[in-house]
Amino acid sequence: MDTNELIKALAADTQPREPSLSTTWRGAVAMAVALAAIVFFATLGPRPDFATSIETIRFLFKFVVTITLAGTALLVAHALSRPGSAWRRAMPYLAAAPVLLALAVIFELLALPPATWSARLIGTNSVLCLTFIPLIGIGPLAIFLMVLRHGAPTSPALAGAAAGLLAGGIAAAFYAAHCPDDSPLFVATWYTIAVSILAVIGAVAANRIARW
Amino acid sequence: MNGKDDQELARLMRTAIAGDERAYGEFLRRASFLVRGLARRKAGQGGIDPEDIVQETLLAIHMKRHTWRTDEPITPWLYAIARYKLIDAFRRRGRHVEVEIGEIAEIFAAPEPETVSDREIGRALAMLAPGQRSVVAAISVDGRSIGETARSLNMTETAVRVALHRGLAAIARRFGRD
Repeated sequence: MDTNELIKALAADTQPREPSLSTTWRGAVAMAVALAAIVFFATLGPRPDFATSIETIRFLFKFVVTITLAGTALLVAHALSRPGSAWRRAMPYLAAAPVLLALAVIFELLALPPATWSARLIGTNSVLCLTFIPLIGIGPLAIFLMVLRHGAPTSPALAGAAAGLLAGGIAAAFYAAHCPDDSPLFVATWYTIAVSILAVIGAVAANRIARW
Repeated sequence: MNGKDDQELARLMRTAIAGDERAYGEFLRRASFLVRGLARRKAGQGGIDPEDIVQETLLAIHMKRHTWRTDEPITPWLYAIARYKLIDAFRRRGRHVEVEIGEIAEIFAAPEPETVSDREIGRALAMLAPGQRSVVAAISVDGRSIGETARSLNMTETAVRVALHRGLAAIARRFGRD
């Protein structure tokens, strides 16, 4: 088959094109949040003092940083799923969550006596954190990997890592509602490790399944 | 390639998305000129047939056309796909090629006088299920319309369209995979 013959066949294939990527991403995020919510409420649920802790700044900050991570990762993953997009220009936004977290850590260190630092960092729930953030996030990650397959990522591994950060941000936001450890020292340590696990899984999986 | 050419190419694609088969054929023909320019300069180094790259890129453009945003320039999208397919072709052969964006000079390359060669697409076509293969071959190689193909193969037009769509998708998946 020469190229002109191929063009004839392609032009004759007038099936309407598939839904746009933006539409697909919106649907995927809605599904992923719903799925994460189901897993979260079925397994952990919010902590008993959820209503009163809303007023404490450390508790609220956990949502600020995790939702910031999810939002910026969505931006980057979306750009990475489209050929020719200016994804490099979107990358710096990914620094937002780590910068917020670093600032919070500095304030925490200034606010607390050094003797309490290690207790705050280790917290009481690190194993649960490392278990449940990946567990809540794995379903959403699978959904986002399907979106990448539907799209056309020219750097599949990078796109998969961004999808992992997005899934991790969503999962961590739910997990934060359960976890009694509110110190930024705890969040910066264990949430980071847990979210990184999802990012690595995303990169490895996308490199296999999102090639096109 | 300047802004005006990009606008013309984007206009053709938008018309094609609206269902104009002829505009789509013209879009693909022009896209093949652009990709061929890049493929000729790059593929030769690795013993890769540039025309394989052109065909694989056209298939990818077709399968992934929903990833182009209709309000954006189309050439960056098109070149990104060509570049990915070129790098992927080298990767599959265990080689590495650098294709910098800046290198993608805007070179049109007309079709070469077609020498019949054993292109990868021929192998991908041969692997199709017989029903799909006869439909794809009738429309591409024999140049028949959907209606003519339906009559000659004793199928409905809808069945021909479905077989064509699935056949092309299968070729796109198998292209270059051993």
